[in-house]
Amino acid sequence: MTKKRLIQKIVFTTFGLISLMVVGILFAILGFIAIRGLHVVNWEFLTSMPEDGMTKGGIFPAIVGTGSLVLGSMVFAFPIGVLSGIYTHEYLKDSWFKRFIRMMTNNLSGIPSIVFGLFGMALFVNYLSFGDSILAGSLTLGLLTLPVVIRTTEEALKSVDDTLRMGSYALGATKLQTIRRVVLPVAYPNIITGLILSIGRVSGETAPILFTVAAYFLPKLPSSLSDQVMALPYHLYVLATSGTNMEQSRPMAYGTAFVLIAIVLIINTAASLLRRYLNKKVKMD
Amino acid sequence: MIKAEAKNINVWYGDFHALKNINMSFNTNSVTALIGPSGCGKSTFLRLFNRMNDLISNFRLEGLITVDEQNLYSKEVKIDELRKSIGMVFQKPNPFPKSIYENVAYGLRVNGINDRRTLDETVERSLRQAALWDEVKDNLKKSAMSISGGQQQRLCIARALAVEPRLILMDEPASALDPISTAKIEELIFELKKSFTILIVTHNLQQAGRISDYTGFFYMGEMIEHDATQKMFLNPSNERTQNYITGRFG
Amino acid sequence: MKKYRKVIEKFIEGVLFSSSTITSLTVILIIVFLFREGIGLFHSSPIEKNFVISVSKQNPVQQLNANQVKAIFNQDITNWSAVGGANDSIILFTTNDITNYYSEEELGPNLENLPQKLNDFIVANPGAIMYVSGKNLPKGFNGHFIKIKDISVSDFIFGKYWYPTSDPIPSYGIWPMIIGTLLVTLGALLFAIPLGLATAIYMAEVADMRIRNLLKPVVELLAGIPSVVYGFFGLIVIVPLVQQMFNLVVGETVLAGSIVLGIMALPTIITITEDSLRTTPKSLKEASLALGATRWQTLVRVVIPYAKSGISTAIILGIGRAIGETMAVLMVTGNASNIPHSFLVPARTIPATIAAELGEASYGGMHFKALFALGIVLFLFTIIINFTVEFIKNKQRRT
Repeated sequence: MTKKRLIQKIVFTTFGLISLMVVGILFAILGFIAIRGLHVVNWEFLTSMPEDGMTKGGIFPAIVGTGSLVLGSMVFAFPIGVLSGIYTHEYLKDSWFKRFIRMMTNNLSGIPSIVFGLFGMALFVNYLSFGDSILAGSLTLGLLTLPVVIRTTEEALKSVDDTLRMGSYALGATKLQTIRRVVLPVAYPNIITGLILSIGRVSGETAPILFTVAAYFLPKLPSSLSDQVMALPYHLYVLATSGTNMEQSRPMAYGTAFVLIAIVLIINTAASLLRRYLNKKVKMD
Repeated sequence: MIKAEAKNINVWYGDFHALKNINMSFNTNSVTALIGPSGCGKSTFLRLFNRMNDLISNFRLEGLITVDEQNLYSKEVKIDELRKSIGMVFQKPNPFPKSIYENVAYGLRVNGINDRRTLDETVERSLRQAALWDEVKDNLKKSAMSISGGQQQRLCIARALAVEPRLILMDEPASALDPISTAKIEELIFELKKSFTILIVTHNLQQAGRISDYTGFFYMGEMIEHDATQKMFLNPSNERTQNYITGRFG
Repeated sequence: MKKYRKVIEKFIEGVLFSSSTITSLTVILIIVFLFREGIGLFHSSPIEKNFVISVSKQNPVQQLNANQVKAIFNQDITNWSAVGGANDSIILFTTNDITNYYSEEELGPNLENLPQKLNDFIVANPGAIMYVSGKNLPKGFNGHFIKIKDISVSDFIFGKYWYPTSDPIPSYGIWPMIIGTLLVTLGALLFAIPLGLATAIYMAEVADMRIRNLLKPVVELLAGIPSVVYGFFGLIVIVPLVQQMFNLVVGETVLAGSIVLGIMALPTIITITEDSLRTTPKSLKEASLALGATRWQTLVRVVIPYAKSGISTAIILGIGRAIGETMAVLMVTGNASNIPHSFLVPARTIPATIAAELGEASYGGMHFKALFALGIVLFLFTIIINFTVEFIKNKQRRT
């Protein structure tokens, strides 16, 4: 073996081992939480209220809370994000305006989630007097996800072959018709999977809901958009750092962490299965 | 004298039988054009001579490829030594995003030659051989991306010449260039023939006719006919060659 | 019919256009509201609203700066001559001290005599300095208020102390947090850059399709795990590990934060680096290989130089991710508000401070404003990062 071959072999083996280490880190985290959390999670844990200073019972209100926040933020972010993505990709020509909008979207996605928390508190909770509420929390989370949805949509549209568009125009179709009948039917599997993935992100966010909606302990279900709710990630934070009896609430914390990870796993798997299924369907049609 | 040879070559990509039972040999200091419709296997064949096909994961070869009577696929062959000894020029000019000088010196540097004098001499010699020296000698530090497409392609030829190749492979070297640049490349090939042996894949039949001594016609993975260019173009012995050359398909 | 359709097309285009402006609008609104709530810190006196610092009318001292007031109330300064007054010793007084001077009967059952007694006190003690609510002072009060210099931007940025609730004058110096944030981020990068780049290179250039298809979801999952779960894992696993390894009193340290943040920054660095390595044209790689370079030489000499702007973008966005990360850091770095001098001591970061304290700060108060001002600083950090990325992209487009 020549010297340079040997160097290559050593370097690539090292890189392979490092990659293996990254895999190891993931499995360490997943494994650790699964081993300690799995036996805590049962039907009762998922469907009952927390009891005894959050050392017993379940996490039902936090699940409902996170569910309503996800739903609320998606109702807001999905339509606006998809429409915005369509506009910037299909309508705007390469101009300063397009670059400006791109830049602002990139800026928005780079803003830390805690700053969204501050902003949500200042605008929705105080200025618009929504108070600590599902509405304020959902809107804050929605704005946070917006750049992700827009980028997903743009990427999906970008992957549609331009010749399809040309073909449609050549037959006399208008822009809107082309988008609706040609572009979107090809692009929608990727849009949908992107949207599903962003649900995973929203359900795990803590910082934006700290001061806009999350309740420390609230063992009842919300009845309107102006109610406060518990939420899974904040609940885990509370259990891990400021519960009334940390040793005894540890199992609850493991259980909650497991549920959070399970949500991400399920969503990622569902998204990739759905993508495969829908893409196949698009090709068959 | 025979410079390079292919004996009983069969190539598969997975289940796809890309080259079928091919036998060809190439004389020293000759230019051989490989022609044929797209997907006929001529590029695959060309890339056998510097083992670029090895990069494709499901590639499989049977048969013998030799240059200077050395079996290129024997176990003793070190693949980067081999590639260094076979020059290759690609379809589109692909200079590295480095200076003109560093582009030409690249092949030496990656093979451990860093002596300034040797590098300077080689760069100048190669650029002269590629008929580019006079145009760039004052701007050797300039980015290779800043010169014209035709100059870039001659730079890529110079880059290949710098490692003193035993054989030069050209994969449609002029297809991305304007007519004037193409003419310059063709002129250059004619000059290079004096010191090198060249295999060139081309889509352009007139070009094959102008620059090559021999022509091989590929069709659907088979080598249909291989002969002196003049004979091939004026009096092909195979009907499919005749049809292709006269433009009835392709 | 045709006209009708045209109107609809125009209408829909309008709707699409409005949607596309929302992100820009949000960025602008974020700036507006951060400043609206935070900028007030800089042109108001540092003492709590409605409270005053007052001295006797005879006292020649008119103005003090925040540090002097602090020194007086900490009894580091005990004589007025030290701050430009007469040679007279200083008597500290806050509202709670009133019972040391007057009985409950004198003050009345509902403290209705408090204002009068405050006046009596200042008359009786011309060397006193009072920290009291302005509402409790009577008309014709025999004292004057001390003017206290406003908090300046440089006090805020370079101030070494963060005591947001101390009486009578809180300190809002964020230097410890800036250093804490940068140090934790630096540590995270020392860990994440080599690991991230090596993995990205392995995925893009070395591994075959099958292995890559296994690694890709691993990276996606790492990106998907919520930060609070990382924090939890860090708290339970990494913090004790750090504590044992270095034999520390507490394991909640910069190092623990760096490790957790490093793991969290990995997916960003890996994904963007891998993508940019993949943009290197195949023909360039082939040309290099054809000249006898090994794959590793090709990588170092051709692929990485070609992808270097993408790789720098990856690293900078990794920095952005690390600087802004809140929950995980909050849970593992110990949140001590001193300036960290090594990786093995506790520290606090800007986002963690906001998350930990905003819940306790009263709306519109100084502490609240200070936390929004911290938000502005964090926002500026991210804007700098975003513009750097934008700059790199533009530069790349031009060459």
